[in-house]
Amino acid sequence: MDQVFVAFKQWLVQLAPAPWQPVLSGLISVAAIIGTFASLFAITTLLERKGLARMQNRYGPNRVGPFGLLQPLADGVKALTKEDLVPRGADRVVHFLAPLVLVVPVFLALAVVPVGRNMTAVDLDAGVLFFFAVGAATELSVFMAGWSSRNKYSLLGAMRAIGQMISYEVPLILSAVTVIMATGSLSTVTIVAAQAGYSGGWPHWFVLTPWGLAGFVLFLIAATAESNRSPFDLPEGESEIIAGYYIEYSGFKFALFFLGEYIGMFAVSGLAITLFLGGWHAPFSFLTWVPSYAWFFAKLLALIGLFIWVRGTLPRLRMDQLMNFAWKFMLPMALVNILAAGLWRFVPPGPVRWVVCSLLVAGAYVGLGRVLFERQQFAKRTYRYG
Amino acid sequence: MTPLHSYLLVSALLFAIGLGGALTRRNAIIVLIGIELMLNAANLNFIAFWRFGPHPEALTGILFVLFSIGVAAAEAAVGLALIIAAYRRCKTAEVDEIDSMKG
Amino acid sequence: MITLLGIVTLAGAIAAMALRNLVHCALALVVAFGGLAALYLQLGAQFVGFAQALVYIGAVAILIVFAILLTRGSEGPQRRVFSASWAVGAGVALAVFGVLWGILLSSRALPAGMPPEPVATARGIGDQLMTKYILPLEVLGLLLTAALIGAVIIAIKDEG
Repeated sequence: MDQVFVAFKQWLVQLAPAPWQPVLSGLISVAAIIGTFASLFAITTLLERKGLARMQNRYGPNRVGPFGLLQPLADGVKALTKEDLVPRGADRVVHFLAPLVLVVPVFLALAVVPVGRNMTAVDLDAGVLFFFAVGAATELSVFMAGWSSRNKYSLLGAMRAIGQMISYEVPLILSAVTVIMATGSLSTVTIVAAQAGYSGGWPHWFVLTPWGLAGFVLFLIAATAESNRSPFDLPEGESEIIAGYYIEYSGFKFALFFLGEYIGMFAVSGLAITLFLGGWHAPFSFLTWVPSYAWFFAKLLALIGLFIWVRGTLPRLRMDQLMNFAWKFMLPMALVNILAAGLWRFVPPGPVRWVVCSLLVAGAYVGLGRVLFERQQFAKRTYRYG
Repeated sequence: MTPLHSYLLVSALLFAIGLGGALTRRNAIIVLIGIELMLNAANLNFIAFWRFGPHPEALTGILFVLFSIGVAAAEAAVGLALIIAAYRRCKTAEVDEIDSMKG
Repeated sequence: MITLLGIVTLAGAIAAMALRNLVHCALALVVAFGGLAALYLQLGAQFVGFAQALVYIGAVAILIVFAILLTRGSEGPQRRVFSASWAVGAGVALAVFGVLWGILLSSRALPAGMPPEPVATARGIGDQLMTKYILPLEVLGLLLTAALIGAVIIAIKDEG
């Protein structure tokens, strides 16, 4: 049951003549990734609208099909049939290429995420570095979208978005470095394999260590900022600058941007699951009979639910608050976390290393919070006009 | 023409294109882009010789290129900061209009 | 494969040097960097290829784009794009290429044949960085810190 997809793919590949087999194997992996994650995207749009609605004490979409379950179909038809407007002064080539430059790298990033046992599309030796390199390419698409629309608001949104994405890339990579240090490898398959095994009923996931928990929280916060999701969605705030750098896009290109953003969220959640939550491993040893891909998607849905929950709960951060948070809080916290992870490895196992590492992480958190809070000056607000 | 020759040809062409652009364009940022292209051409040269030369297990070519990428990034940052500061002072980013110390 | 990637890289480089609109130049430069990353992957240097994509496409290209926007380059050049003495520059570039190509063709010291594919694992690179190249690594860290602080100080807007 666990290897049913792997066996199916191997049977399909054997049907082809020998020289075509690697090509066919690659094509089947690509088709599987695109098919699975695109349908997950459709389900997530519905989940998000219904979830946010329930949190805001209203029903979500409930007219199309029972409980609104066919809403993604309606959204798809709308996106495909809407008129595709391009402003007259816009740079046509760059305007056309921007959604592509977003969607292609995020799908590429999904190639190194291990979805199940033996179910990684490409097992690269430097898989985590590949993921971050591809993620850095998505920032370029934001700039292309913002600049090519020849709209001042759009350009402003793009500049804010790029500043935010670059600022949060540093804590993202630094919190992943702790896991790489603990495992000694950049390959995602090796990192998942290092989190196997159970001791005393509890799994060996990295999130269950002090530095792993801090790293997981930092990674998730930075991932929320990287995907431009609330509370970090100032660049595309609907009440702020009306969709920011997406302003001049309509119809299918807007749907591609939407798709790219959500698939980016899935990719970075997939990496969080791989690095911290044990990948496709079951949480308890008596549950290992459930297939590995089922565990991966269960954890992925849990993280998506967490993202939707945070979106519905927290207010939006202002640009300077966002930047201060990244550079003055998250970066020192991530550096202290690396120190704690190093100590964890060199102090012999036992209660000592738990106490030492937890104190270090908690002390840094409290200390940074105190220092940054006291530095804030609450001055009397002066108004320039009137 | 061996594969090494083709990589070295690409590298030499890239260097010449970067050099030509750095010498002929008027905008300071394009001159900096030309310099980055020249650095990249040298990096390609290093990796090509690492692959086809003796002792690839010493990883010398790869490490040299990693340091070169790091230094090039630092140089691009400082160079662009200088261009921005010069633009604020002289209101222009064209290299032949900043000539107040000429003659 | 090499020819295709080489053509893409060189086309991107020529476009980066010849186009009129500065932002188009920067985007063509990104294509050239991408082609180079693919060439590194073709040569079997995976770590360097990904590092090139991360640093050059993810950081240097964005720096260049920001600088273009902060120096009002997106409004188009007012006068000529190439300087008055462009022929001299082009001549020098051609001469340099001629010399390099002549050396390549007539050299007898170049290794011939296809040696087996070398293995460059991230672990191996890490080992070398921490033992043989530890001093350059630390100096690079110092250099990057100095460059970061210096760039911020140079480019910061003086208030009042």
